[in-house]
Amino acid sequence: MITFILNNEKVSTGIASGSSLLDFIRYEKGLTGTKTGCREGDCGACTVLMGTYENGTTSYRSVVSCLTPLINAHGKHIVTVEGLKMESLTPVQEAIVNHGATQCGFCTPGLVMSLTASSLSPHKTTVESAIASVSGNICRCTGYKSIEKAAEAVAILLRDKDINDPVWWLVQQKHLPDWFLTIGLRLVEILRANPRPENGDIVIAGATDLMVQKAEELSGAEVVSPGNRDELRGIRISNGKCHIGAATTFSELVESPDLSKFIPDISSYMKLVGSESVRNMATVAGNIVNASPIGDITVMMLALNARLTIAGHDGERNVMLKDFFKGYKKTDLGAGEIIKRISFEYRHEPALFSFEKVSKRNYLDIASVNSALHLSMEGDKIRDCYVSAGGVSPIPLLLRKTSQFLRGKAVTPDIIMKASIIMQDEISPISDVRGSADYKRLLLRQLLVAHFLKLFPESMNFSIDVL
Amino acid sequence: MNNIDSASHVTGRSVYLDDIPVLKNTLHGVVFDSPSPHAKVTRLDVTEAQSLHGVKGIFTWRDIPGTNDIGGIIPDEPLFASDEVHYRGQPLALVVAADEHIARKALELIKIETEEMEVVIDPRKAHEKGMLLIPSRTFSMGDISGAWSECDHIFEGTASSGGQEHLYLETQGAYAYPAENGCIKIHSSTQGPTLVQKVTARVLGIPMNRIEVDVTRLGGAFGGKEDQATAVAAMAALASFRLQRPVKIILNRIDDIRMTGKRHPYTSDFRIGLTHDCKIVAYSAVMYQNGGAAADLSPAIMERTLFHSTNAYYIPNTEVTVHSCRTNLPPNTAFRGFGAPQGMFVIETAIAKAAEELGIPAHLIQQANFLSDGDEFQYGQQAENVNIGKCWGNLDKKFNLAKIEKEITHFNSKDTFRRRGLAVMPVCFGVSFTNTTMNQARALVHIYQDGSIGISTGAIEMGQGVNTKLAQVAASVFSVGIERIKLESTNTSRVANTSPTAASSGADLNGNALLAACNELLKRLKSVAALMHNCSIEDAGLLKEKVVIKGVVTDTTWEKLVQTAFHKRVSLTENGHYSTPEIFFDKTREKGHPFAYHVYGTAAVTVTLDCLRGTYKVDDVLIVHDFGNSINLVIDNGQIEGGVMQGIGWMTMEEVSFSDDGRLLSNTLSTYKVPDIYSAPSRVVCYALETSGPELAIFRSKAVGEPPFMYGIGAFFALCNAIKAFTPEFKTDFDAPLTPEKVLMRLYNH
Repeated sequence: MITFILNNEKVSTGIASGSSLLDFIRYEKGLTGTKTGCREGDCGACTVLMGTYENGTTSYRSVVSCLTPLINAHGKHIVTVEGLKMESLTPVQEAIVNHGATQCGFCTPGLVMSLTASSLSPHKTTVESAIASVSGNICRCTGYKSIEKAAEAVAILLRDKDINDPVWWLVQQKHLPDWFLTIGLRLVEILRANPRPENGDIVIAGATDLMVQKAEELSGAEVVSPGNRDELRGIRISNGKCHIGAATTFSELVESPDLSKFIPDISSYMKLVGSESVRNMATVAGNIVNASPIGDITVMMLALNARLTIAGHDGERNVMLKDFFKGYKKTDLGAGEIIKRISFEYRHEPALFSFEKVSKRNYLDIASVNSALHLSMEGDKIRDCYVSAGGVSPIPLLLRKTSQFLRGKAVTPDIIMKASIIMQDEISPISDVRGSADYKRLLLRQLLVAHFLKLFPESMNFSIDVL
Repeated sequence: MNNIDSASHVTGRSVYLDDIPVLKNTLHGVVFDSPSPHAKVTRLDVTEAQSLHGVKGIFTWRDIPGTNDIGGIIPDEPLFASDEVHYRGQPLALVVAADEHIARKALELIKIETEEMEVVIDPRKAHEKGMLLIPSRTFSMGDISGAWSECDHIFEGTASSGGQEHLYLETQGAYAYPAENGCIKIHSSTQGPTLVQKVTARVLGIPMNRIEVDVTRLGGAFGGKEDQATAVAAMAALASFRLQRPVKIILNRIDDIRMTGKRHPYTSDFRIGLTHDCKIVAYSAVMYQNGGAAADLSPAIMERTLFHSTNAYYIPNTEVTVHSCRTNLPPNTAFRGFGAPQGMFVIETAIAKAAEELGIPAHLIQQANFLSDGDEFQYGQQAENVNIGKCWGNLDKKFNLAKIEKEITHFNSKDTFRRRGLAVMPVCFGVSFTNTTMNQARALVHIYQDGSIGISTGAIEMGQGVNTKLAQVAASVFSVGIERIKLESTNTSRVANTSPTAASSGADLNGNALLAACNELLKRLKSVAALMHNCSIEDAGLLKEKVVIKGVVTDTTWEKLVQTAFHKRVSLTENGHYSTPEIFFDKTREKGHPFAYHVYGTAAVTVTLDCLRGTYKVDDVLIVHDFGNSINLVIDNGQIEGGVMQGIGWMTMEEVSFSDDGRLLSNTLSTYKVPDIYSAPSRVVCYALETSGPELAIFRSKAVGEPPFMYGIGAFFALCNAIKAFTPEFKTDFDAPLTPEKVLMRLYNH
């Protein structure tokens, strides 16, 4: 039985564990405040809170319930808009009302939940972070200016938030009903008494892609979700290597102090990858095994020359990520195997790393082309160099020849333009809904230039005429 | 005042179609649609699907007891295709099962065989082949053939604007169940309950009075539920009627995007002639409207394109023709602006083209040609109370366009890889349905014994705040608190023969009908007050829930007055009727006075382009808008900001793309991108023009739904100007939307 707390009620269900949390909430529990908008995590109308009890506290994140298989709710606290009910509106709700930030109202409950998640985060809520929290909530009516104002108002209300115990503080300030304070102990009890069901055939992690691609198949299926196992989680630095557990979420990547030290711009790069609620669910290994030619994390990991540790019935084996993809949506992963961790060389200082992505919409979109560059210098020459690219081949590519060409060279506009010509021979983009082949070729050249302009603003005294 | 639904929206208690508690035994319907863009259907076999456990019925055209036609204007669209299919996504059958998953499994078991026929998705090609939905129409004024010789400059070109998916957050849906005596009740997510009622009656072959359509609210519509909600409702009703069981159909997103029509793409050829001093002497255009496979609302949309084809300009000699072309795409339909944005895009393109060729800013031409009072529109109406010059003037005064231009030039000369651009977009939009008959409405008002008030009208609340405005009208007439008023659902049994809530006219038409009803009730209540206070009716009035006699507030409360009226057997119910006066249109001459009034406004749009990546950001949208005397600036500003964003989306990232054989490629939210919060302009500032407002607008507060959409067109021209600043040799090609792909290709001359 899958057991969790839904608002203030403990629920247990025997419904197939691959069914969506959204359907459970709406059609089993009759909580219709959570709306069905797109069932692909792209509109945020079904956003709910997911509370996880760990190390003595319950921490909350927003998730899209349409892409949450029931199994991933096991042992959690799920909060829908109905769960915020108190005598009067919550300050988040009031801010939306006061700023006219609701018109047809269909996206509004999701918006309320996203903003509430921002209140609940154990970080200072700034105007930017409040706006970022609703970046996955599509509103077709307001044009967002009123939503920005509401988010701003919420950030001001949260100025004095106790980031050590946001739940307690929010209950005192009447942002949350007081029964939230009882949740931790109740989750402990549920986790103690209810082992996680492990009887499925399909292995999932964050499921943000599978629930889109195989929605009908999963809805009646039992699934296993090993993502809570300690061995698959966490970011560890040892012996000059960074080891990322397969089930580490994108949000956890952003929050890792070690990664921020190594890639200082990681949070702005990750902002380009999905919405906050999707980043709260999606995992590193999920992005890799999905084998999408434009997987953002995959492209970043390729430039870090990452190695995968794969576990199967016969033990563990390692494979370089650049060798993992065997063709369009084909990988080296055998039957019964899962990725355990991803590792790459790490130093406690900022790396020369850049990620670029262009899509039709700047945020919350799939790339037309993405690319990452990671290099090291020896004097004014490039010592080692890895350039990767997505959207230009059936698989995400490490551009080996381009990378090789750049090694030992000085960074000059001329060299970069030569590299961009070599690069054109390594790629084979096709025309599709994300752009024509010609566009993708041009765009990748531009992104290569953008990498170097960003990392070497002085050496790259570029004249437009070169392009 | 905030939207009266705000509190229930933020708490998730507002009820949309899929939130209505379902009856026991409710079945779920899923549509089986055409996999072919154009074909003869040689075999449609549902037997295997029918035998799947849990399937309760599969309905095709053979099961329709009445007429297999749902055309709103022209009877050219079957509910279910029979021997031929004309677009991918055209409904062929409805599978009804115990739950949606079973119904979807059954879909896989339906077998179809077809003989493919020629596919045409390009409207110009359709026109060449004579494939028109309706006869073409032309609006003209002056002497176009003679006028060209008076021009110092003549420019020609082509303009194209793309489709647009409505992306109402709530998808299409309906819930139908049988009622006694062969009746059907339908909850429908529609802007046009009467159309649903009329068409369903036709399909079922029963009178309209057997069908009750009820609508609480819509989770967004934008025109997409004016005509296109009908098919789903009629299917649910048909299945419910045949099975005598409740049947619910909620299209999932991918079905909705694939099967339903969108904003019409247009492609047009134009010719513009000007004098040395920038006066436009002549303008002609031929526009090809991509109508899709059936007429839907295309004839009316074509008409509005014609009405607005000269936007806010007076051009003495014009000739504009629209061909409504039949193609193998889903029937395109109403979408905010209703053809006007497409028409305005062409004249603005013509002006931009002339400006480019003459090497001057487009705004010099725009400003030299504004309408003035007394000018004649192309369709014969005299322009009155023209505010376009005032809007532009106020905008310039408040924001100093020359200064903005200078700043941009300075920025562009300093920055290596970024360029900024400015464009100004004036708008003139006519308010009224262009089909004169539709400009009528009714409202039913009950004052209950306890003083509370219930209001039913034909207006549909879909986020635009019409119910709030209606509540304000009643509260103002009776001088009572807004909390006394409840807006009932829109129901065809309470208010009949309604026009759809569309054409920005919902508040005007229904508000005026409500005003008539309230005024009548007020008269009765005043006479009761006069009796109570022994005075003449002229001396009695109401103020803040109290009776006022000769200007003096009495102790008689609103409740007391209402109770007294009830005891004296005075009717506390009234039905108000309104039909817009003065308007008419003669289609044989294409002349008349079709609009009650016009809405004016001007927006300056600035953008910043990243010329390395081809990406961009809209910086400022600065507006002076003519609201008349707005009765609710919170709601009206919300319409401005939302309309602007949707217009920018249409011009930039929203790209409806089809393969050559009519397959929708942008068929999900991951491939069709609408603006997110980071796409919003950095700044949207809207000043209200100070005017008294026209008498025909409700409380002189002008209609506001559609006009601001067209401010978004400015984003396109601002981007063109930014591209030119980077690539001076670039010849603008006026092909919207201007996606990052198109921008980058143009920046580097690919």
